[in-house]
Order: sequence, then C-alpha cells, then structure tokens
Amino acid sequence: MDKKLKRVDLIFSEECVCKDVLTTSLKKSNDDILKDILDSGLRGRGGAGFPTGLKWKFTAQETSEEKYVVCNADEGEPGTFKDREILSRVPLKVFGGMAICAKIIGAKHGYVYLRGEYQFLKAELEKALVEFHATIKELGFDFQIHILMGSGAYICGEESALFESMEGKRGEPRNKPPYPTIAGFRNKPTVINNVETLVYAFMICRIGTEKFMELGTTDSRGSKVFSISGDTPIAGIYELELGMSLEDFVEDFGDGDTKAVQVGGASGFCVPRKKFKDTIIGFEGVPTGGSMMLFNSSRSMYNVLKNYVEFFEEESCGQCTPCRVGCQQLKIGIEAVKKGEKSVHYLDTLQKLADTMKVTAKCGLGQSVANSFSSIVDNFKEEMIY
Amino acid sequence: MPEIKEIVKDLADKHGRNRESLLPILQGIVIEERFISDVAMTEVARELDMSAALVYGTATFYSFLDTKPRGKFVIRICRTITCDMKGKRQLIKLLEDLLKIKVGETTKDKKFTLLETNCLGWCHKGPAMLINEQVFTELNEDKVSEIIGDYMRNN
Amino acid sequence: MANTVNIKIDGIDISVEAGKTVLDAAKELNIHIPTLCYHEDLCVAGNCRVCVVEQEGAKNLVASCAMPAQEGMVIHTNTHKVRNARRHVVELLLSEHNADCTKCYKNTKCELQDLASEMVINEHMFLDLVPEKNYTVDKQSSSIIKDDSKCIRCQRCVRTCHELQHVSALGVAYKGDQMKISTFFENPMYDVVCTNCGQCVNRCPTGALIEKNYIDQVWDAIYDPDTHVIVQTAPATRIALGEDLGMESGSIVTGKMAASLRKLGFDSVLDTDFTADLTIMEEGTELLTRLKKVLVDKDESVKVPMFTSCSPGWIKFIEHMYPDYLDNLSTCKSPQQMFGALAKTYYAQKRNIDPAKIVSVSIMPCTAKKFEAARPEMRDSGFQDVDLGITTRELAVMIKQAGINFQELPDEKFDSIMGASTGAAVIFGATGGVMEAALRTAYEIVTGREVPFENLNITAVRGMEGVREATVKLENVLPAWSFLEGVELKTAVAHGLTNAHQIMEAIKKGEANYHFVEVMGCPGGCIGGGGQPIPTTPEIRRKRAEAIYREDEGMEIRKSHENPEVQQIYKDFLGEPLSDKSHWLLHTHYHKRKRV
Repeated sequence: MDKKLKRVDLIFSEECVCKDVLTTSLKKSNDDILKDILDSGLRGRGGAGFPTGLKWKFTAQETSEEKYVVCNADEGEPGTFKDREILSRVPLKVFGGMAICAKIIGAKHGYVYLRGEYQFLKAELEKALVEFHATIKELGFDFQIHILMGSGAYICGEESALFESMEGKRGEPRNKPPYPTIAGFRNKPTVINNVETLVYAFMICRIGTEKFMELGTTDSRGSKVFSISGDTPIAGIYELELGMSLEDFVEDFGDGDTKAVQVGGASGFCVPRKKFKDTIIGFEGVPTGGSMMLFNSSRSMYNVLKNYVEFFEEESCGQCTPCRVGCQQLKIGIEAVKKGEKSVHYLDTLQKLADTMKVTAKCGLGQSVANSFSSIVDNFKEEMIY
Repeated sequence: MPEIKEIVKDLADKHGRNRESLLPILQGIVIEERFISDVAMTEVARELDMSAALVYGTATFYSFLDTKPRGKFVIRICRTITCDMKGKRQLIKLLEDLLKIKVGETTKDKKFTLLETNCLGWCHKGPAMLINEQVFTELNEDKVSEIIGDYMRNN
Repeated sequence: MANTVNIKIDGIDISVEAGKTVLDAAKELNIHIPTLCYHEDLCVAGNCRVCVVEQEGAKNLVASCAMPAQEGMVIHTNTHKVRNARRHVVELLLSEHNADCTKCYKNTKCELQDLASEMVINEHMFLDLVPEKNYTVDKQSSSIIKDDSKCIRCQRCVRTCHELQHVSALGVAYKGDQMKISTFFENPMYDVVCTNCGQCVNRCPTGALIEKNYIDQVWDAIYDPDTHVIVQTAPATRIALGEDLGMESGSIVTGKMAASLRKLGFDSVLDTDFTADLTIMEEGTELLTRLKKVLVDKDESVKVPMFTSCSPGWIKFIEHMYPDYLDNLSTCKSPQQMFGALAKTYYAQKRNIDPAKIVSVSIMPCTAKKFEAARPEMRDSGFQDVDLGITTRELAVMIKQAGINFQELPDEKFDSIMGASTGAAVIFGATGGVMEAALRTAYEIVTGREVPFENLNITAVRGMEGVREATVKLENVLPAWSFLEGVELKTAVAHGLTNAHQIMEAIKKGEANYHFVEVMGCPGGCIGGGGQPIPTTPEIRRKRAEAIYREDEGMEIRKSHENPEVQQIYKDFLGEPLSDKSHWLLHTHYHKRKRV
C-alpha cells in the first residue's frame, strides 16, 4: 500500500556516529554551532515548541560559573512512548546532544531525569554512559552526565517541577519568570530539553542545517517522532515530516473508521473527522509532543474525556486553585451531566471554567486541561449527554 | 533482613545527606521494602537533619513512593484510555479473581499488591503492566494468568 | 535611575524599584488587588491565583504577587476577564470548603468570606466537593485546632512553620485532588514537633487553623458564685488588644483593659508584669550564680550560655530540636507560671482564700501558653497553677460579648497584691526586652550603679533584626562580685524560631560564646505572638514594639528590683531569689521530646 506520508530516518539511524559528531563539533566554535541550531529552526519536541537555539543562546549568555544541561526524560503524556524508544535504541545520541549543549553554554554536569516507570532502562543507560564518558574523556572534554530517577509524577515533566524534584522536593512548578535559562536546577542557568530535541540538535550537527531544513514547513522545520496508538492496525513509533495534514495521517494510520484523533495526548486537542482535512500537525496548526491516539466510531468520547480528566485530577500537583479544584469540578461535572443530575447547560459552565483554568493556572498542566476538555465537549456534545 | 535504620544509613552514606539525596534514598527504601514506613521516614529525617513532615510530604507526592504497606510484588496496571480500549478492565477483573483482592489492596500473604497507574508508555502494546520494575505488554487473559502463576509458584 | 522600572497599571504610570512585583506597584498606587496566599512575612507562593491581572500582550493572566514588574508592562487589574477569573477561583475554593460560616470561629474574620462577600456570591456556581472529602478535624492539641474542611491550601501555614519557625510541623502532602496540609503521617498536632506558637493561626486566612478557645469556660468560672476568679494579663496584651476593638495598631490600652476585665466580672484583676519582674530577680540571680560556678568554681556541670525560658514555644522547640541543651535553659518558670504558682499559695494566704476555689485565668498574646498551663509539671501549688489560658483575641471576643464599649472605658488600675509592675516588666513583650530588663537589674546588683545607657534604654538589644548581640563590660564591681571585674558580658537576642535555630547552630558549632541568650519563639517577641490580633505584619509589629517602649518610658519605676510588691514578696514569703521556696514554686525542669 502506498503511504501518503514521508518516513524519515534521522533519529534511529547510525548510532555509531556519536564519537565522529562530537569530534567535529567540539572543535567548532560555539557561535558556529549555535548559529546552526538557530538557523535550523529546531523547536522543542516535548510539546511546547520553544526554539532550541534560543534556549541555548540565552543560557550561554548568562555569566554564572555553574550551569547545567538537563535531559527531560520524564515522558508521561498519555499516548507518548517515543522517548523510551529513543533512549533504549540511541542513548549515545542523546548524550551527544547534551555534550554539544554543555560545550556551548559552559556546563560541566548534565542530568537525565528518567521517569520511574522506565526504571528498567536505567542499567542499559548506565552502560552506555560508561562508553560515552570514555569517549569525551578521550576527546578532552570535561563533562559528566548523571541519571536521576522520577517516582511516578506526571507533573515532573514540567521543567520547573522537574528541577524541584531533582532537588529532592515535591514536584511543584515554580513561578515564572525567572525561566530556567536564568534560574533552573539549583537556581543556576539551565538548558532543559526533551530527549528527542537533543537528538535532533545532535543530528543537525551531523547532517547540517540545510538537510534538516529540507524537511517540514516554515514554522515546523524537520521531522518528529510520533507515538501512534489507539484504533490503528499499525501502532508504534514513526518518524514523520512535520506539517502533514491530519487527513493524510489518518489515511496512513487509521483503521478506515477513524472518528477522532487526539493530538498531543491528554493535554492536547481532539480533532473530529470533519476537521481532519484542515488540520495541520505542526506548530502552525495543532502541535504535539508526539502522541497521536486514534479513535474509531465504536469508542465513547465521554469515556475518553473522563479518562483524561481523571488523569489530570490525580496528576495535578495540587498547589494552584484552578488546576486542583478545576480538575475535580470538570470530572464530577461531566459525570453529573451524564447522569442527568445537571442540565446540558452545565456543560457551558464547565467550558467557561476550563477557559479560566487555561488563563489562570500556574503551569502548563493546568493551562492545557482545557485543550482536551473543550475540544471533546465542543465536538462530541451528544456523547457527553446521552 | 537488615534493620530499617541500617538500610537508611547505608542509603544516606551512598547518596549523601542533603535535601537532593532525599528522593534517591526514598527510592532505595522502596526497592528494599516496597514501601516507606513511618519509622523509615523518621530515620530519613534524622539522617538528613530535616523535618519528618517534609519527608512525608515529599514521599506522598510521588505515586511510586508508597507509604502504605505493600506486597512483595506490586502490580501496576496502566489505566490510560489506550490500554483501556485494549481490554484493561477485563484484566483487572481477572487479576482481582486470581489474587482475591480488589484494586488498592494487598493479598493476605503480603505477596501481591494490585494498583492502577497512569500511562506506562506502552500504548502501542497495550494493555501493559508493571510488576515491581518489570514491564509486561500486549497482555491478554491467558498471558496474565501465566505471569501471575509464575510469580505465585516461583516466589 | 537604573534600578527602577516603569510600568502602567490601570492607565496610571508608575516607576518602581526593580525586583518589585506588580502587586507591590499596585499597592503603591492604592489599587486594591485581592490576595489569599500572599502574606507580607512570607515568600511568594503564587498558588491561590486570586490576584491575577491582565498583562497586555500576554496570552494568560498573570499572578500579580509573583510577577516582577518589567519595563513597559501594561497591566489591567479590573477587566471582565480578570473579574470572571477571580470569581471562578473563589467559587472553586468555596466548593472545596466547608462554608458553614455560622459555625465557624473565624466567622466575620475570614479572608475567604470577605472575598465571597465582595463578589456577592448568592448561589454556588459549582458542585459541592466537601461531602466526598472525608476531611479531618484535629482538636486534640491544647493550643491549636486544625480543621481541614476549612483549609484552602494556600500554604501560608506551611511557609510560616518553615520560614519563620524552622519547625515544619506542617507540610504539604499528596498531590492532585488529594493534596492537603498535613503533619508527619497525619498524626495529631499534639503528637508532633508543633511548638504551639500559633504563628500559623496568625496567618491562616480561614478557620482551618485556630486557637482552642476557652471563652465559655472562663464565663462559666466567672458566673460560678463559689469560685474566686483571678486574671493576669501578659505585657504584650496591653498594646495589642485595642486592635481587635477598633483601635489603631500601637494603642496602649493598659487602663482600659484593667477596667474591662473588672466589668467582665473577674474577682481580682492582676498583672503578669508582676511576675515578669520576679522573673528578672530569679533569672538575673541564676545567671550571676551560674557565672560564678563557671568562672570561679570551674564547675563543668553548669552550663553557659544560659537561655531565657519565658517563651513556651521556644521551650518546646528546644525540647524537640536541641535536647542536649536543656541544661542551658534557665530553670525559671515563665511569668505566667510563676504567677499561677503564687496565686494559689502566696496570694491565697495573703487574701485568706481557699486555693481550691481559685480559678486562675491568664490573658496571653500566645497560644503556646495554653499548652504550658496544661503541662503536668505546672502544678506546684498543689493544683493546676493556671487553669485557663486565653489569648488577646479571645479576650476581645469576651469584651464584645459583654457589650462593653471598650474605647470609652476610663483607665483603671490593677488590683493588689500581684498587680504592681515596672517598665522592665512591660518590655518583656518585645524581643530584647527580657535581656534589657535583666541587664538593668543585674548590672546594678553587680556594680551598684545603673546601667550606663542613656535613660536606661539599652538600644543595642532593641529592634527587629533577627539576631542581635550586645556586650556589656563590668567594671568597678562591688566586692561580692569581684570575680566579674573586667568581664565582658556577652549577650544575644533572637526572635522567631528560625533565628533561634541559627543561634543554636552557631553555639553547637562553637562559633558563638555568649553568656546569656534571650530567645522568643515569635517574630518580634510576644507583641507578634500567636494569640495576638490578626493580621500581623512587620509594620504592625513595629508599632506594637514602639508602644511597649513608650509604656516603659511612662512607668514610674523601670527596674524590676525596685518593684515594691516584689520586694515585699521576698520579705514576706520567698526569702531571697533562688531560695528553697523559690525553687519549689518558681523553677521547673524540661523534657527531651522526639523530633517528629
């Protein structure tokens, strides 16, 4: 069967190149590498999409003696499993990306914060680290990577919560500003990047900016690793060019009866069939950290939504009012409407509440609950009632 | 089995005695004991010279740092929608029947605890579960029966 | 002016110091932004989200308490979006909150209630979450009640207990919908490291943390014709009580307070200041005796520095945290407890009253005094020495209940005996006051001269600096004290337990060699005590301290050893300081406690 979408093979290819890339990159000037990363248009692959080069540049500009590079491997977004795959298959590229970043910003220590659910990966990663440390020692580069484990808290994927957790505290997001580039881990300037972002940065150093920019669109350069699950005959990990239409995506991956795709996990958007055609997957359209969940017409979108709000109700850190109480209200609210204890109009109240959460919550978690809530309630209202 | 006091002391020797050592120490206790008792937390507070309430507050924040007694094997079934769509609920029912406990409970012989957990990151191979640190994916009723049977027989 | 930033709030330009928040800037403009988790004494949390405002160009609203003012910022504090958001936030808090206000001790004194009232909330917008919550109410402590059903999780208490008091008896536990403010393992407050200082109570915006009140018990005692009800009032109550009765911070209401207590029906209106003076006699003598044992007798069992022991919060803190230093504590009971022990012995004898019929009530700026009164070792009179300890706040409630027009009351005097006092006793209420009072007396005992400070004001130990040090050189001493000739008496003062912790760590590490250290458990000393009127801010505490020193300057006698009633009690009853009788009634011992 012909596939609509172009498969890319940057992330998982050529694991053995780590040493070569580092040898070349460590000789290059910081400005040259930084220019490449900036020019490439690479944006964070964790979901928020901040330009990677800028993050590195801001941190490099800070004068602190002590800086850190942190790899966010707290992959917890429902429907996302690409970082696990990347770390298990090409860990040296992740470490390589961290080393290049460390060189540019002037960090001596890097940390991989690995979610507790991936404890089984740790031994292999430690092994790869031994090899990596030998390599950079050989290259005369002073940089150490440490692995820290999470312990089952989705919110720790939020960067400032992750720093808190690294510091031995409850993973509660901090007030921003200041941003990590100024005050991150131990309140020192810190670059924190998603696993996949680091590999792309590394691959840009490998293949060059132009090659990377051949892929994707103006706003969404390059490719991305997608975690595809749900009602699809070919669930799995796929690296695809950014900027595709959801229609093409569903054609390639759907089971012929796709009624909705949840793009970006529980914190992402639900796109119904009628909008597949006009939906672009990328920063200009609907962005995603990689999670693509397909639902066919046998699925109850009420169950899907309830699953998501239950998830948020439990995984909110609980410190800010809109998120802690808002999630509880959204959950019992849709239950009450479903049971007929509250009228259909109560859904409007809940929609307004979701809008408030979006603009008042302290961090990205609480702000993004509205994404799935509103898009599912808007597009599948009858399913919420009957 | 070593006393909890020694376990904590060894972990503090290994990871250090500042606030940043707290999570690795608590994680280490869970590996040894499957949960963190009040006595263990008191010891941690003493070793790290910090408030016991803050140790408790930190531990209870993290789903995997159990503060209630758990069995030797903690089974965590992924409750995310994709695993649910692949039959997670039937598997929970099966596990409840096999272990004769409900979700959240521990068997009388303290061997198994059955819990649900948020996304395990195996959505393309659901349903998935963890038994302690080990992952089991693409589960079905036969597979679950076999796995639990193995654990029951061999431990 | 490089260190200022220019911003615009509600159309008004203002330039503020760099580092100030949007909320600070709004305050300077007298623009009111509602807050809940924000407190002047504490670090910024930014978690209640009530103070959100609209920033032009920003996609989301920003929390004004946590947002630094940045050059060119344009802020709107009163837009439709802002009002809707705040309304939602308050509604959400109410949905998690046991809003049965008529059954709440904080009714009409609740910041959440104020906000709800301001927003005119008639019907709740969201579903009630309380029935599903299984909230616990912990009433087991003798000082503090913790009612989780009233908690809005602003974490002021947690920050207070950590930042100001270095105790962290309270922390945040669990996450998501389960998140709560909790002690270690959710044990009751009486069974954890809580010092009962009540600083959390002072800062709780709702009724989640309140003092255990004994108002009804006091009324019952007053109305019981068979009892003789006496009342003592702590130094810091007389400069704060007015705040709860419609007066300005810093109003001195000593005379009105005495008058109101008489009106309430107390049989005898007496003064803790009397035993504050007595404390100076006992503690001053104890200090000099210790110094002799250390310097002359080289007795290694005697410990210096000697710590003051008036503050029950500090006592419990050291019992939990530094049990190796219990021998450094002065054995003197606090003025409250000295008073209690004497009331049912000396006073009873002098007035010819059966001590069994005496109900001894104390008005204290403190919640820990309730716990102190209940300590089993505080029964040296043969009875519980102090029967009921109530706070300044509870007294204000009683005055209102009795329909007394407090502000119009004429000034009255305390009864005698045990009602006379000096300026030295009054300053016990402010941090540094015990030290100053002790120095006024000890210096004179040793040298025969007044302390060499202008108008007796030892300003070096005054102020709000967390830890203060002062050295007094003893020269030309009287022959009996020749061993102190030329000695530089090193003293230190700390207030708030975080500062106490700092001083204790320095002592532990051998970095400090003091002879005498005053520690008060609460910020500012008793004027900022956990039983004082709410709110408390640095500004309010400053005004109260000023009032204390004004009261001191206005007193006829300003040195404890010149208090005629003190001289009389030694003559008629106690003999001399540290006599056997003093030891029996006025001194105590301490217990090591677990650190969880």
